[in-house]
Amino acid sequence: MELLLDSLFNGVAIGSVLLVAALGLAIVFGLMGVINLAHGELMMLGAYTTYVTQLIFKLPILKPFYNSYIIVSIFLAFIVSGVVGILLEKTIIRKLYGSPLETLLATWGVSLILQQFVRSVPLAYGTGLVISLLIGLFLPTTFPSKIKESINFKYFKFSSWIFAALTGVLTGSVISSSVSKLSRASARNVDVTAPSWMRGQVEIIGTAFPKTRLMIIVITLISVIAITLFLNQSAWGMRIRAVTQNRQMSDCLGISTEKVDIITFGIGSGLAGVAGVAVSLLGSVGPNVGGNYIVGCFMVVVLGGVGNLLGTVLASFGIGIMTDLIGAGRLLSIWPDMPLPLSNTINFFATTSMARVMIFALIVIFLQFKPTGLFPQKGRMVEN
Amino acid sequence: MSLSKIKFDKKIVLSFWIILIALIIAAPTLLPVFRLNLLGRYLSLSIVALGVDLIWGYTGLLSLGQGIFFALGGYCAAMYLQITSSSEFPNNIPEFFALYGVEKLPFFWEPFRSPVFTFLAIWVIPALVAGLIGFLVFRNRIKGVYFSILTQASLLVFFNFFNGQQKLINGTNGLKTDVTQLFGQMVGSESMQRIFFWITAILVIAAWFFAKWVVKGRFGNILIGIRDDEPRVRFTGYNPVIFKTIIFSIAGGLAGISGALYTVQSGIVSPQFMTVPFSIEMVIWVAVGGRGTLLGAILGAVFINYAKSLVSEALPASWMFIQGGLFILVVTALPEGVLGWIQGDGPRNLLQRFGLKRKIETYPSLEVNNKEGDNE
Repeated sequence: MELLLDSLFNGVAIGSVLLVAALGLAIVFGLMGVINLAHGELMMLGAYTTYVTQLIFKLPILKPFYNSYIIVSIFLAFIVSGVVGILLEKTIIRKLYGSPLETLLATWGVSLILQQFVRSVPLAYGTGLVISLLIGLFLPTTFPSKIKESINFKYFKFSSWIFAALTGVLTGSVISSSVSKLSRASARNVDVTAPSWMRGQVEIIGTAFPKTRLMIIVITLISVIAITLFLNQSAWGMRIRAVTQNRQMSDCLGISTEKVDIITFGIGSGLAGVAGVAVSLLGSVGPNVGGNYIVGCFMVVVLGGVGNLLGTVLASFGIGIMTDLIGAGRLLSIWPDMPLPLSNTINFFATTSMARVMIFALIVIFLQFKPTGLFPQKGRMVEN
Repeated sequence: MSLSKIKFDKKIVLSFWIILIALIIAAPTLLPVFRLNLLGRYLSLSIVALGVDLIWGYTGLLSLGQGIFFALGGYCAAMYLQITSSSEFPNNIPEFFALYGVEKLPFFWEPFRSPVFTFLAIWVIPALVAGLIGFLVFRNRIKGVYFSILTQASLLVFFNFFNGQQKLINGTNGLKTDVTQLFGQMVGSESMQRIFFWITAILVIAAWFFAKWVVKGRFGNILIGIRDDEPRVRFTGYNPVIFKTIIFSIAGGLAGISGALYTVQSGIVSPQFMTVPFSIEMVIWVAVGGRGTLLGAILGAVFINYAKSLVSEALPASWMFIQGGLFILVVTALPEGVLGWIQGDGPRNLLQRFGLKRKIETYPSLEVNNKEGDNE
């Protein structure tokens, strides 16, 4: 019983990292049919945001609030990755609408650039750049409608970008002069240390669970609930669901698909940032951190089916629990006296990397029976 | 008037081939060994690019897992070389086995004692694996982005498998070939490398003609039909699954040959050939050269890799930026690639933009009709 509980907990913990990482990917894929290969790098940005927030909270002014930095960084990571995602949508992905394979390649290019960016640009100036992007993108939307509709709006927009650039440079240099760790570019991995209230373990029914793992499960739970509420209760959520179901018809009925695309892509990217916070709690943060999770996310999307959150949730926990069962060789301890050839096979697959091999094989077998995932979209149309 | 339509004089074609063959023969004396070796490697990579062009440029299947077949071909060649030059090691098995305490050769190494089997295995095994993966995926009408990410996942699976199995194929260290013997000669030696260069050059030309033959005629037309409108092909009575599986395994076989040639020239095969970035790079060679133009794939592979080595020697950090920019640029601004741009209306549009050539003011439909008139 205890063993089973332990295994279940581990599986849920692995699955919840997968879930929070795949959630954004699945929503964007459901809406736009686009796989964002830069999703892993948006996670990486979220993880680095956690690191930067942590260092900034060590400054004397913010020191008393140090323990709450992880909560703040969840919101900041959402905003940072979301802004980068919106920029990505506005500049590249919009142009490639209708050709998903080209989008795949372009987002791979973006991911290469983002990886090299965190290697060769000091994090302080990276922060400055993100802040100026944030101001430049959102300041014009706060102008009164009289200015927005005037013919000179482009000059206002231009001047707000100049203001944004100046603010960015200023923040960048302030951060780099006050936090020495952020002032130099480095390709080395960095470590995020959890605040004191998150270290240690909790005992539930005689089994000890690490608190960071529990925290990740909580983050995932909140993200899933928030997204479900947003999609099902808010007006924009309804529009997103409408466009996911039938883009042309929604367009005809007056829904601005352009805005829906931006909002969805922003939220999807922001969720990648939240996943980045979770990932930063698990291990050290480096330019390649996203790559370790991205293929797992793809598997979740393939297994879960398009445009259905329940499918994504079930698929990630399924993959998580299977990974733990196979990878840690738990099947043997649950059923000790299984026949020899079977136990030999299970031993062969009882490492993390071999568990991936096994799970992929299982997914391919599964796809032979349900090619469109757990919950396929219903409807009658010629595929394409 | 597009370039592809121009009929070259037979004499020009003949002299082109004579110059090309003369260059191939003379290259080992003209270039220093280091550069010759690099050129040979890039030429071998252009064979895998031809395969990518066949499946992506002609059939519309974007595979991000060609590295699997590339590495399988490389492993086949390396296993043969290792096992035939292992006579002085304990138990007559390759040296690395002793590190992990393995005394008996794993069963799947046995057939690689035979050179005939190896020459077949280099392209048959990758083609079979590609056919199997392709069939299982295509059978369920999985395509587009789904296909791409499934191939990427299978790439990662193969990477994990090869990376983790020290006792079977030396795991993450890979198999070295440069200190092994082939026909009594050291594989890494200068004279052998020169021979490998010639073999590669000949095989690139052969693969080019083979690919041209594949896309010519009805088979090629069906491939293009699948790319442009698969349901319509199916409704016309063809079964796309068969054609897709065949072309995917052809591309796999080409990748295997390419991998074997690359392995003997770079001196090692390792799971690094199966990393995700390398397989996506193969796609960008084709995209830059021009998809759907077989020559573009070859030129793209050679030139981008050459540029990569030049840039990486001068400014190591900037290559990632350049490569990332190339991905974005080529899909947004140059979707047909360089060769496609030249063969299309690119140069004329450019000249018009600078006012060097008079704009032809007609309806597009009239121009299309004109072109058809020229062909008659």
